[in-house]
Amino acid sequence: MRFGVVVFPGSNCDADCYYVIDQVLKAPVEFIWHKETEIKGFDGLILPGGFSYGDYLRTGAIARFSPIMQSVSDFADRGGLVIGICNGFQILLEAGLLPGAMLRNNSLRFSCLPVNLKVKTDQSAFTGGFEADEVIALPIAHGEGNYYCDDVTYQELLDFDQIAFTYCNKDGLETPGANPNGSRGNVAGILNRERNVLGMMPHPERFSEGILGGEDGARIFASMLKSFKEGLG
Amino acid sequence: MTPRKPWREMGLTDSEYDMVLKIMGREPNRVELGLFAVMWSEHCGYKNSRPLLKLFPTDGPRVIEGPGENAGVVDIGDGQALVFKIESHNHPSAIEPYQGAATGVGGIVRDIFTMGARPIALLNSLRFGTLDNERNRYLVRGVVAGIGDYGNCLGIPTVAGEVYFHPSYEGNPLVNAMCVGLVNTAEVIRAIAGEVGKPLLLVGAKTGRDGIHGATFASEELSAESESRRPAVQVGDPFMEKLLMEACLELINEDLVAGMQDLGAAGLTSSVAETASKGGCGVVIDVEKVLRREEGMTPYEVMLSESQERMLIIPREGAADRIQEIFDKWGLDASIIGHITDNGMFTIQEGDQIVGEVLVKALTDMCPVYHRESRVPDYYTRARLFDLESIPHELDYNNTLCDLLNVPSIASKKWIYQQYDHQIMTNTVVVPGNGDAAVLRIKGTNKGVAVTVDCNSRICYLDPYKGGMWAVCEGARNLACSGARPLAITNCLNFGSPEKPDVYWQMDQAVRGMAEAARVLQTPVVSGNVSLYNETRGGKAIYPTPVVGMAGLLTDVSKRLEMAFQDPGDYILLLGEVRDDIGGSEYLCLAHGVESGAVPDIDPADEAKLIELILSLNEKGLLKSCHDISEGGLAVCLAESAIKGNIGAEVKLALEPGQRCDGVVFGEAPSRVVVSASPQDLDGISAKGKELNVPVTVIGKVVGQYLEMAVDDQVIIRQEIGKLASIWGRAIECQMD
Repeated sequence: MRFGVVVFPGSNCDADCYYVIDQVLKAPVEFIWHKETEIKGFDGLILPGGFSYGDYLRTGAIARFSPIMQSVSDFADRGGLVIGICNGFQILLEAGLLPGAMLRNNSLRFSCLPVNLKVKTDQSAFTGGFEADEVIALPIAHGEGNYYCDDVTYQELLDFDQIAFTYCNKDGLETPGANPNGSRGNVAGILNRERNVLGMMPHPERFSEGILGGEDGARIFASMLKSFKEGLG
Repeated sequence: MTPRKPWREMGLTDSEYDMVLKIMGREPNRVELGLFAVMWSEHCGYKNSRPLLKLFPTDGPRVIEGPGENAGVVDIGDGQALVFKIESHNHPSAIEPYQGAATGVGGIVRDIFTMGARPIALLNSLRFGTLDNERNRYLVRGVVAGIGDYGNCLGIPTVAGEVYFHPSYEGNPLVNAMCVGLVNTAEVIRAIAGEVGKPLLLVGAKTGRDGIHGATFASEELSAESESRRPAVQVGDPFMEKLLMEACLELINEDLVAGMQDLGAAGLTSSVAETASKGGCGVVIDVEKVLRREEGMTPYEVMLSESQERMLIIPREGAADRIQEIFDKWGLDASIIGHITDNGMFTIQEGDQIVGEVLVKALTDMCPVYHRESRVPDYYTRARLFDLESIPHELDYNNTLCDLLNVPSIASKKWIYQQYDHQIMTNTVVVPGNGDAAVLRIKGTNKGVAVTVDCNSRICYLDPYKGGMWAVCEGARNLACSGARPLAITNCLNFGSPEKPDVYWQMDQAVRGMAEAARVLQTPVVSGNVSLYNETRGGKAIYPTPVVGMAGLLTDVSKRLEMAFQDPGDYILLLGEVRDDIGGSEYLCLAHGVESGAVPDIDPADEAKLIELILSLNEKGLLKSCHDISEGGLAVCLAESAIKGNIGAEVKLALEPGQRCDGVVFGEAPSRVVVSASPQDLDGISAKGKELNVPVTVIGKVVGQYLEMAVDDQVIIRQEIGKLASIWGRAIECQMD
């Protein structure tokens, strides 16, 4: 499986994602500059975190007009695996590949801290390596991660098992106190209806090695690898 | 209307103006006068501090570049080097906290990548007035958000820092930002001008009117009129800086540049003059070629603008086209604004017309140097003679410990560092709050780098000589407590007006103390910055605050140490003497309202021995935690290790005849650390202590859920860890939200 890490001007977790795929998963990976208009020879795409275009105007709002985004959309339509992390999630929302929108954290401050997450579904290429309802730990680092959607959309996310991760306490309870940003339903990550596009605010690439404090993040990328290989098999 | 003595308005004295007349042989025009004013400001010219800065040791086997370049460069083996520097942005932050702090980060980051290094970590040292005042809380919110937003957007982790709240910073907060970069030693770039005819390329943000005379503003006392100097505060654009950084690092990677210099204080004037001065050449600039974002700017305004995110580049022969391609890729504007000459003159043209011409060396080497008058202040003598025996011995130890943990300067800084992305780049292996220093791994090696910033300004005020030593020793100790060998220092000397003999004495003493400690600990000073005229509205100088930034090396990053107690049954040991000094302590201030007393004795040679002991014990894997004794003394040190480990401790102490109990529990005497270790390692630790002549005392055990301290068999403190954690963890949050 060959990964591509899409680089927008202002992306800043691109090298971290590349490092994990290359050095931890030992899988082939390349950067894809945002001005490219074709995505060829890739089996999975990562839209990394950062501040694309400075996040001026609104997070992800300008990046979605980058030339590469049409190809990302086509790639997803063809069933390719796409994971958007933090700013990458925000871009996927702006591009309409995932439903909903981001508001500023309810604290009105940037928050960088480790959080507990509940894996809400093991039925996806990204979460297949987890048990449903398993509690894992990943770090967040964002100022606008307060996920919002209307009632109809939220009900659909539930009905179609599209919620991938929620913020929870160490016992797996989705309490208000465990919600670091005010997200609706403690949502931390969601899938599209087809289950091949994941957007998540926490940073799996930052907890992919024991030396950094956790390895749960690597399991998401490993799930992608495994799922891809099984798909081929 | 032009004032009769325009040089005064620009910050030059009458005698300095006379020097300008002598050098020029004629009256300078407004542009030329502006060049002198900014280049001869303290901020650029170090005219008040240069004689003192010469006292610092700057050489060592690992030093590749010392002071004089944009940042110091220190060898860490394997063909790699660390590049680091600390710089102040105090006055802008007092007026416009968000932008002032943000552009402080931007400026120091440019200093690092100008040297060819990839920035890998940011640190900051902050001082504010007390948090019971809304204006101060506003400054804290603005400064922290400004630092966070800029560094977070750039994608450089902010990994460590320190912050104190004290009335002496009322109206004059301190914002010092430090950046650390990593470079392949062979790729270090120096800001040296190339040969005659070489073009000068200006790249990055367009030039506007922001920050004109920022360097002069930074070299004056703040006054009621300072608010009106808001236009002298620059506005930051971290996205532009990110593009500029990536583009410049690409140029260096492809070996396309002969010289590079960022535009910081005094903008184009300073970067061109410094580049030409170091290269021993002249330079011609055409201000019409400078891309602008505002119309109708005069040559004076273009030369003095401190618009951020700009870089001056001297391309290598034949590299111009490839450089342009890289700038196009990143969407950056660049223009050739001039070229190098051989006449030693700094010539400024507007189109064909010369609008200013000054000898390059006049701006740099001929900057006046002042040896200011120095006088021992009365307060110093009073403090030394203060009778500490007049302080009552009786005390409610439980309440005092809780009160100390609730002091914002001691309490957890979580509210602040959680606003900084401290994990990006995936190198931070000891995150803020967990160790005495932050530790970063160096990918592709087994190495780690530890970094810290330190200064106890109360100690510096009461005894600047000891205070200077104190800051250096504390920095080195913090590095050792994280398992790193201290390598080198950068410092930021924040003081009041050097024209006041009391203040100049503080500077002189603090620098001598720092220099002595740096010599003994073999940690040379490789870069630094001076910020003077830090005074509050009443004309009162801030506490002397010579902040020490330090970097250290772990040859094996898996041996990094944190402060948390680990396992029940482990022994707790004090390395260093059991001491009872209370002079200058937080305890004395908090419990007795006294900021006085003789400062505890400090000997850098003791510190050196302690550091050797910690490092050799850790090398053998004998230590499970390590935390130094600083503000709040032994009790706070133990409480922090217990809180972090979420496990209790039982400690028993015995007083020597004549020792004060409060001093032993809360005193802040330096050169002491608390470690924990497995029972089977006690003998090994004691033997090593004897060998290196450092006292080692077993003082207790890691156990249970309470911190219990007994002195001479009487329990004086017994507190649940959860309760202490709640006080310590929420103190700042409670005041800010």
